[in-house]
Amino acid sequence: MAALKQWAGAAVAAPLEWIARALDAPLRLWQRVAGRGGMIAFFLAPNMAIFGIFVLLPLVINVAYSTTTGGALFLSERRFVGLDQYRRLLTCDDYSDLLTCQEDQFWTALTNTGTFVVLQVSLLIAIATATALILNRSLRARGFWRAVFFFPVLLSPVVVGLIWRWILDRNGVLNAALAGMGLDPVNWLLERNWAFAAAIGVTIWAHLGFYALILLAGLQAIPRDLYEAAEMDGTPPARVFWRITLPLLMPNMLVVIVLALIRAVQVFDEAFVLTGGGPGTATLFLTQYIYEVGFASLLKNPGLASAASILMGSILIVLTLAQLGLGRWNERRGGKK
Amino acid sequence: MSRAAAFLTRRRGGAGWHWTDVVTFLWLGAGLVIIFGPALWLVLSSFKSPAQLSEFPPTLLPYEARTVEVPGYDRPLPLYIVTDEGGTRTLAEVRRVGTVAQMVDPEAPDEVQRIDIANRTPVRAVGFSWSNYLDPFLRFDFLNYTRNSVFVTGMATLITLLTNSMAAFALSKYEFRGRGAVLVLIVATLMIPLSVILVPLYSIIAGVGLVNTLWGVILPTVATPTGVFLLRQYMLTIPDELLEAARMDHASEWQIYWRIVLPLTAPALAVLAIFSVVWRWNDFLWPLIVLSRQEVYTLQVGLNAYAGELNVQWHYLLAMTVITMVPVVLVFVFLQRFITAGIAGTGLK
Amino acid sequence: MGRIVLHDIRKAYGAVEVLKGIDLAIDEGELVVFVGPSGCGKSTLLRMIAGLDRPTSGRVEIDGADVTARSAADRGLAMVFQSYALYPHMSVRQNLAFGLQNTRMPRAEIDERIAEAARMLEIEPLLERRPGQLSGGQRQRVAIGRAIVRRPTAFLLDEPLSNLDAELRVSMRAELSGLHARLGATMIHVTHDQVEAMTMADRIVVLRAGIVEQVDTPLALYNRPANLFVAGFIGAPGMNLWPGTAGPGGVELAGGAVLPVAAGVALPAGGVTLGLRPQHLRLDPAGPLAAKVTLVEALGAESVIHAALAGGQRLLAVLPGQPQLARGSTVTLGYDPAALHLFDGAGQRLG
Repeated sequence: MAALKQWAGAAVAAPLEWIARALDAPLRLWQRVAGRGGMIAFFLAPNMAIFGIFVLLPLVINVAYSTTTGGALFLSERRFVGLDQYRRLLTCDDYSDLLTCQEDQFWTALTNTGTFVVLQVSLLIAIATATALILNRSLRARGFWRAVFFFPVLLSPVVVGLIWRWILDRNGVLNAALAGMGLDPVNWLLERNWAFAAAIGVTIWAHLGFYALILLAGLQAIPRDLYEAAEMDGTPPARVFWRITLPLLMPNMLVVIVLALIRAVQVFDEAFVLTGGGPGTATLFLTQYIYEVGFASLLKNPGLASAASILMGSILIVLTLAQLGLGRWNERRGGKK
Repeated sequence: MSRAAAFLTRRRGGAGWHWTDVVTFLWLGAGLVIIFGPALWLVLSSFKSPAQLSEFPPTLLPYEARTVEVPGYDRPLPLYIVTDEGGTRTLAEVRRVGTVAQMVDPEAPDEVQRIDIANRTPVRAVGFSWSNYLDPFLRFDFLNYTRNSVFVTGMATLITLLTNSMAAFALSKYEFRGRGAVLVLIVATLMIPLSVILVPLYSIIAGVGLVNTLWGVILPTVATPTGVFLLRQYMLTIPDELLEAARMDHASEWQIYWRIVLPLTAPALAVLAIFSVVWRWNDFLWPLIVLSRQEVYTLQVGLNAYAGELNVQWHYLLAMTVITMVPVVLVFVFLQRFITAGIAGTGLK
Repeated sequence: MGRIVLHDIRKAYGAVEVLKGIDLAIDEGELVVFVGPSGCGKSTLLRMIAGLDRPTSGRVEIDGADVTARSAADRGLAMVFQSYALYPHMSVRQNLAFGLQNTRMPRAEIDERIAEAARMLEIEPLLERRPGQLSGGQRQRVAIGRAIVRRPTAFLLDEPLSNLDAELRVSMRAELSGLHARLGATMIHVTHDQVEAMTMADRIVVLRAGIVEQVDTPLALYNRPANLFVAGFIGAPGMNLWPGTAGPGGVELAGGAVLPVAAGVALPAGGVTLGLRPQHLRLDPAGPLAAKVTLVEALGAESVIHAALAGGQRLLAVLPGQPQLARGSTVTLGYDPAALHLFDGAGQRLG
C-alpha cells in the first residue's frame, strides 16, 4: 500500500517536475534581466491577473453596466441611460403597497431577503451559541461531536436542498412521522409561510456547524480558572453565562454575527434548489432575482439585474465595513480573539 | 461498550444529574439525529424502487417484492400473504383488475383464485435497487456530469494551489513597495461576492469565448483570497535564512520557490487542497450561469436540472444525489480534522 | 471557625494515584503551608479542600461538618488562584463585588466591605481600573481582596507568589504574613519554595508523591527532620547527606573519615546516613573531615565552600566571613556532634 502511494505520488509529481525544470532556464534569464522586482511580478502575476480580470474588472464594469440598457451582452454595444435602471427598480406609486411598484418582484425579493436575514441570523446565532456552549464542556470525544455538527457544512447546497426537498415532500418522511403521531400532514413546500420557514430551517441546518466552531474557539480562549473563581464565588450557571461567558465571548460573537449577516443577504443555493423561489414568489430572494432577471427569464434584462446587484452590493459593503471596523476595534481593546 | 456508556453518562455533577447534563445529553442526541438522520434517509431512500418511493407512509428500509417462478407463467410472480375465510396462505399474483386479484398457489398453479386486495399483504424482503445507481451512468448523462465535475475540481485545485502559493510566496518572502496595497486589494476581493458581479463577469467570459466550457467555470474561481492568506501565514514561519543560504548556493528564485518553500509548505497546501476540492465540487451558482448545454453540465447543475423537470424521477435523482455526496463524505471521514483545525485558525479572516 | 480536618484523602486519575491517603488537622487561625516538589499533589490537595475536585475516597471536615459532598460554593472558603483569575472585563470594584452579589447582600454592605478590603490592601486608587491596566503585584492584591471581602472560614492560596519577580516576592511575603496576623483567619498556602514556607508558616506540611512526609513547625522541621527527604528539602543550601556504617568511633564514611556522634546516641548495626547542615561545619585543623576544595562562592558576609571528601562524596560548607581558601587546597572541618542528624537504612530519623 505504501509502495502504491509512493508510486502514485511519483506519477503525479513527474510531469510537474518536468514542467518546473523546463521553466527554470527561462526564469533564470528573466531573473537576470528583470531582477528581483521582475521575479516578484512573475510570482504575483497569475493570481493578481485572475483577481483583476475576474473580480475587480467586473466590479468596475458593473457600475457602468447598471447605467445602460438594451439586449446586448457586451458593455460596448449597450445604450447609456443614466440612472434609469435604478429609477425603475426603486419607483413605487405607493410604498405601502408593493404591487404598485414598477419592479414589484425586486421589492418582493428585497422584503423576503430582509425578513429572512433577521429571522435566520438570530436563530442561527442563538443555536450556534448554545451548541458551542455545550461543546465547550469537557466532553470526551469532543472532536467527534465537532465533526458531527460540521458535517452539513461540507455538503453541496444542491445536495442539501434535495435532501430536504425529499424529506419535506407532501408524501415525505416528515409528514409520515406526523401522521404516525396522529397529526395532520403539512404541505411544507407549497404553503407560503411553511416554505419560508423551511428555507430558514434548511439554511440553518447547513451552516450551523461552521459558526458553532468559530464560537467554540472563542469560548475556549476564556481561561478555565475564571470559571473556577466564579464557582468559588457561588455563582449560579445563568449568572456565569450572562456576566462572564457572554461578555468575554462578545468580540468573537460580533464578528460571527456580521459574517452570518453577509452570507444571509446572499442566500440562494439551498433555497433555490429547495423551493425554486416558490410557491409563487414566497421564497424569492435577491440573488435569485438577479439570476432570473439577468439570465434565466425569457425577458432578460442584464442592465436591470446589474443595477439590482449594485444595490445588493451596497448593503454588503456596509456590513463588510462594519466587520473590518469590528476587527480594528477588537485589536485596540487588546481584545480576545 | 462500557467505555461508550461511561462516555455517554459522564456528568458534571459528579454523582447526580445536574440539569446542565440533561440538556447536554438531549442537545447532542437531537443534534446527532437531526444531522445524520436526513443524510441516512437519503441513502436509504435511494435504494428504493419507484413503486416503493410513492408509498405513504414510507418504510424505513428498501424492500423488494419477493417473487417466485411458477410453471406455466413466463415471468416471476409476486408473492402475497392472503388472509380470508379460507385461512392464511401464500399466493402468487397473476393479474390484478381493480380491487380483485387473480392469484394462484405456486404449488397448484392450475387453480386461479379471486382474492380481494384488502385481504392480502405483499411478501417482501430487504432488497436494494441497484439499478437506481447503474442506469444514470449507463443510460443517461451522469457519467458525463461526473467526468466534468472531476475535471473542474481537479484542474481548479491544481491551479489554485499553484497560483495561490506563488502569490503567497511573493507576499511573504519579499519586501517591496506596494506589498501592503496588494494585501489590501486581496482583502477587497474577499469582500466582493459572486452575486454582485454576475452579469459583467458573464459578459467577460462570453467575450473570451469561454461560455459553455469547463474552463469558463474554472478560471474565475481559482484565485481564492482565503487560500493566499492561509499559505502566506504558513510561509511566514519558514525562516528566511533557508532562502538566503540557497541564494548563496546560486539557486534561482524560481528554484527557491519550487524546491524549498513549496515542499516546506506542504501541510498548508494540503489544507487548501481539501478546501478547494470541497468548494469546487460544490459550486453551483456560477456553473449554473455559465453552462447551458447538457454535455458540459457539472454534477451539481445536472442534479438541479433533473430536479427541475416536470416529472421528477426521484429514484434516479436520489441515487445521483448520494453519489454527488460521496466524495465530500470521504473527505469528511478521513480529513475533517484538518478542516476544523483550519477553520478555527483562519475562520475569522 | 476555620478548623479543617482531612481523613484519609485519596485521589486517583484513572490508574494514576495522585494522593495516597492524607490525614491532616488544621487549627483555627493557623497559617499552614503545603510544600513539596512539583507533582507531589499539593495543589490537588488544595482543590480537594476547596471543593473544585472531589476525592476518590476520604472525608473533608470543616468545623466538624462533613463537607465532602458539598459544592465549592457552599463551603464558605475563598481561593486565590495562581493566575489570579480576575475577570478581565470588569473593573476592580466589580471584581470584588461579584461574589458578594451572588449572596444578595445589600448594596451598602457590599460597598462597606470593599472599602475595608481596599484600605487593608492599599488598592483604593485602583478600584475603577481594569485588571489589564494593573501590574502583577497589584493584580495579586486584588485577588486577595476578592477573597477577603467574602469573610471566609479559611483562605486557600495556590502558589500566589510564583508569578511575581523576586523582589516583589519578598515584600509580598511580609504583607501576607501581616495580613494573616490582622485577619486571624485560617490560611492554607501552597508553594514549591521552601523559603516561603519557612518564613510564613505556623506549621508546614511537607508532601512528596502524594503522601505527607512530615507536619511540624518550621523550626522543628529544620532541627529534627523526620526522614531523609525532609532533611534534604528544608534548608538552603541543602543538608549534606553521607551514607556510612556504624563503627566504634562513630560513623565511618567511604574513604576513611570517621565522624563522632553525640554522647548517648545508640548506633544500629549496618548502614546509616549522616546529615550535617553546611552552616554547622567550621574550620578546625583537628576536625574529622578532610576535603579538597573545588569551588568557593564568596558572598561577602559568608562563603559557600564546595569540596570533595576522600571517598568522593560532595561536601558543602557555609563559613562566616571570607576565609582565604584556594581551589584545590585541602581543608579540615569540624562540627558540634549535637548538630549531627542520623537516619537509618530506611531513611527514617534516629534519635
